[in-house]
Amino acid sequence: MATAVNTSTVRPSKATDRLQRHPRLQRWIRNNGAPLMMCLPAILLLFVFAYLPMFGVIIAFKEYRFDAGILGSEWIGLTNFKFLFGTDIAWRITRNTLLLNFLFIITGTVMNILVALLMNEVQGTLRARFYQSAMFLPYFISWVVVGYFVYAFLNVDQGILNQFLARFGIDAIAWYRKPDYWPTILVITSLWKGVGYGSLLYLAIMLGISPEYYEAAKIDGATKIQQILYITLPHLIPVVIILTMFSIAGIFRSDFGLFFNVTRNQPTLYPTTDVIDTFVYRALRQMNDLGMSAAAGVYQSVVGFVLVLVANWIVRRIDPDRALF
Amino acid sequence: MSNATRTPKMRSANTYWLSNLVGQGAINLFLLALSLACLLPFVVILAASFSTENSIVNQGYSLLPKDFNTLAYQYLLVDSAQVLQSYLVSVTITTIGAPLGLLIMALVAYAMTRKHFQYRKAVAFYIFFTMLFSGGLVPSYILITQYLQLKDTLAVLIVPSLVVGGWVLILRTYFRDLPEELLDAARIDGSGEWRTFFQIVVPLSTPGLATVGLFSMLMYWNDWFTSLLYIEKTALFPIQYLLYTIVNNMDFLDLLSQQAGVRVDPPRIPARMAMVVLAIGPILLAYPFVQRYFVRGIRVGSLKE
Repeated sequence: MATAVNTSTVRPSKATDRLQRHPRLQRWIRNNGAPLMMCLPAILLLFVFAYLPMFGVIIAFKEYRFDAGILGSEWIGLTNFKFLFGTDIAWRITRNTLLLNFLFIITGTVMNILVALLMNEVQGTLRARFYQSAMFLPYFISWVVVGYFVYAFLNVDQGILNQFLARFGIDAIAWYRKPDYWPTILVITSLWKGVGYGSLLYLAIMLGISPEYYEAAKIDGATKIQQILYITLPHLIPVVIILTMFSIAGIFRSDFGLFFNVTRNQPTLYPTTDVIDTFVYRALRQMNDLGMSAAAGVYQSVVGFVLVLVANWIVRRIDPDRALF
Repeated sequence: MSNATRTPKMRSANTYWLSNLVGQGAINLFLLALSLACLLPFVVILAASFSTENSIVNQGYSLLPKDFNTLAYQYLLVDSAQVLQSYLVSVTITTIGAPLGLLIMALVAYAMTRKHFQYRKAVAFYIFFTMLFSGGLVPSYILITQYLQLKDTLAVLIVPSLVVGGWVLILRTYFRDLPEELLDAARIDGSGEWRTFFQIVVPLSTPGLATVGLFSMLMYWNDWFTSLLYIEKTALFPIQYLLYTIVNNMDFLDLLSQQAGVRVDPPRIPARMAMVVLAIGPILLAYPFVQRYFVRGIRVGSLKE
């Protein structure tokens, strides 16, 4: 480090003199000084905006009063949780969160790998580039915009889908009033937005697989399908595991915009689309029930964390090298 | 993407050629259908923004504009001052937030790759943990509104999302792949960590930095949720949040035009669709240039330690 080199040439001040008498301290600073400074802004930001809120989970166990603040508010034990789990909403949002997210993870993984496999087989750079550009585009837009897109399709009077159905003599369906259709609609929307990005991750891995494996397989007379099954897919497994783990970690802080904007926050659709995230938001801002919202938030974080630990534990049991931690 | 290099020498060249043709046909058909499905909504919205209110109400959405006109855009860009104001807010938070966040994330990611930095594992865990566990919405909300007093400020739209754990890990992967001898040589030649970072590491990592920088820009541009929680002043509405507001509030656009002192009967549906077009416009314009960076830059495979 520059400072360390300079001390020998510059006349030693009192401070550097003291430093030189402590070679261990000197070495510590040389090794860690600059890196620590580099880490500092990120560490501080995360401390304020990620770690302080973690300590804030105690709000869930308090009767929060704005004038008293977090520490001044009174402890009320599990009362907020009793209220939360005393309603049938708790069961509904848990079921929807788990069910919808597992649907997203499974359909997403299958679809992304399928598209990546097909992209990998496309002959003709121009065509491949077109497909990729087209499929990647939805990834770049916000859920608010997606909400508008979906509305243009599902709007009861002017929507494209009902116009299409009318050609076959099918009566217009009020999509935004029929909760039963919504798991499917949400899955399609989620796939639509994610397939370009998701398939790209897998495609990147596929392009990195050494061609020698395929050459060898062909010499042995392996079919295309066999090559995919025994060469391509095994190479994808580590990425599938990592992405799935992160998806599981993300389950309990699900894609708020998907459930909020795409459904236009329609209460009629809550039976199948209300998830913990949307409930936490509603309890806080629309019902003004801070205690209930905080309790649901803690529930969300804790269960999410446990899910990751369990998923990681399972992966570790099967293949320790592939565990996340 | 070309598979030409892998074309095998099969025993019966004829049948291979035929099955290849059928296979290619099926593959292309599927991918083409998927691509069109991804593009279709963009076309519908664009068409609607150039249609008249009546044609949409009576005939529904379509792929081509009906009664082509640009009234909706005139209404938004000329009659209302709010749209341009919101554009300004979005541009401001994107151009400040993304570079600043990138710098902060790149610095910590680089520090984490330095072998002589004895706390690098601790820092990695500190960052990683934020990806697994979060305090939830309510504590953040109270912290930001009550303790930090950031409600209705430009800062709240920028500062809380400067550091994203996952992107730090992606950057670390990039920096780790840099030739170690080069960095060691710089160190021996007396280059400090800061100088090494800015003069050697940054120029060598442009694909990685570009990827994360673009992710970050996209996040800031598309953010509406932060405003939903913390912004009430219309002067601070980013474009996405303005778009969100007019989904739920039919009259909001009228209100805006009255503020501007003009009373017109707005083309409601086309105006909303024109707002969508304006909100995604910059992304669409930049898309051809940035997309290749994304494609090149995404390498999650070596995310793991």
